[in-house]
Amino acid sequence: MNHPENLHYADSHEWISVENGIGTVGITDHAQNALSDVVFVDLPKLGKVVKQKEPSATVESVKAASDIYSPVSGEITEVNSHLSSSPELVNSSPYENGWIFKIKLSNPDEMSSLKNVSAYLALLGK
Amino acid sequence: MSATESLRETALSPAHKTLGAKMVEFGGWNMPVSYTTIMEEHKAVREKAGLFDISHMGQIFVSGTGAEAWLNILLTNDIRRISHGYGQYTLMLNEAGGTIDDLIVYRIEDQRYLLLVNASRIEDDFNWLDRRKNINVTVENLSQGFGGLALQGPEAETILRKTLDEEKRQIKRNQLLITPFLGLDVILTRTGYTGEDGFELFCSNEIILKLWDKLLLDGKNYGLLPAGLGARDTLRLEACYPLYGHELSSTISPLEAGLKNFICFDKPEKFIGLEPLKKQRNKGLSRRSVAFEVVGAGAPPRANYPIMKAGVQVGEITSGGHSPTLKKGIALGLVELAHSEPGTQLEMIVRERSVPVQVVKKPFYRKL
Repeated sequence: MNHPENLHYADSHEWISVENGIGTVGITDHAQNALSDVVFVDLPKLGKVVKQKEPSATVESVKAASDIYSPVSGEITEVNSHLSSSPELVNSSPYENGWIFKIKLSNPDEMSSLKNVSAYLALLGK
Repeated sequence: MSATESLRETALSPAHKTLGAKMVEFGGWNMPVSYTTIMEEHKAVREKAGLFDISHMGQIFVSGTGAEAWLNILLTNDIRRISHGYGQYTLMLNEAGGTIDDLIVYRIEDQRYLLLVNASRIEDDFNWLDRRKNINVTVENLSQGFGGLALQGPEAETILRKTLDEEKRQIKRNQLLITPFLGLDVILTRTGYTGEDGFELFCSNEIILKLWDKLLLDGKNYGLLPAGLGARDTLRLEACYPLYGHELSSTISPLEAGLKNFICFDKPEKFIGLEPLKKQRNKGLSRRSVAFEVVGAGAPPRANYPIMKAGVQVGEITSGGHSPTLKKGIALGLVELAHSEPGTQLEMIVRERSVPVQVVKKPFYRKL
């Protein structure tokens, strides 16, 4: 499984990469593999203000619905509308085409609560 | 259930581990949910064949000179309609007409019957039966010693005949044969829970792993894949087969579940639950189980989502998910009778939002 070095990881298996105060959020390769067969993504509303660890989107696999928790607090600035017609991008490209939303960080200090790749791999027992 | 240690393992658990299956708790058992993906396993069963571990299911044997008449009191269908070596789908009800379990009963001999029951219901079923037995009836729960496999799909028969190569006899739908494998008996039945042709095989846990391996090997060139409970659920949902605890329960009657063909109101024995069912039938049902599909691109339905009409709740989803065959959200649900006709437009509530659904004819998928 693939877990890029330049990302920050939440214990609940989301990743975030931040550029100019805007974070791009998705789920990890481990998470997409565990869910498998994503058939629907419920995207957050633009402009919605979310807190860190708050359920902010839902990924539905054949079997079950799973909440996606925002790794940081902030305001949703963009959602990946391709996922409406191609939810399987979450499986096939979890770090690129399968990103879920972008968020304007309201408290950048929260980044320090996230894991780097080696800590995340340790969480997965690898 | 929190501690994995308390979950029971089937005799096939080493095979699931080797194949890297994702595991899930089901009825107190640690069972494979999928080996690759639910979609792939579902497709294999519809187009080629799939092999399921169903060792969690229960085997209760009823024997004795009084077995036939006694079972006709405990079960809703008429056991006299089946001859030697055949089985029938039937229900066991409580005194209020609620469902204790749905099961298949096989007439092995005139004085010996096999009840194939749901994993989560084994103890309750056995206790219910055992408390009511008489001097002419013996009830034995032999579930612990038995493992089980379901071989399902259009290629199932070809594969089975390679594995049990001495098996030349014809076996018809709902028939049961005893056939040897490695010197031990295998109970071979032609039935299933997928909507495809197929077989369920039950044998001693001593040989089940070898039978599993041989079937997988023999089926390799026919596209056979191991399949988990995930695909078993999407397959049975497309075929609109009920799942105990969802479409049936101690408070849902088989009439409400749409199973009146399996209830024999006029057999000589009055079965337990007959009177409340008669009342329900004569008065008319207030709710019934129907099939839904999601209209447009909405979230897949899930169990317990409310079903609404013009802002008022008229029912609830009992099972739902994404149909790999139809490529859309499908569900079964209990709704008020007035809203149960195919074509009725309703809504389901998904995460506080309303999603349009439509009542459709059962089943979503029919081959048999």
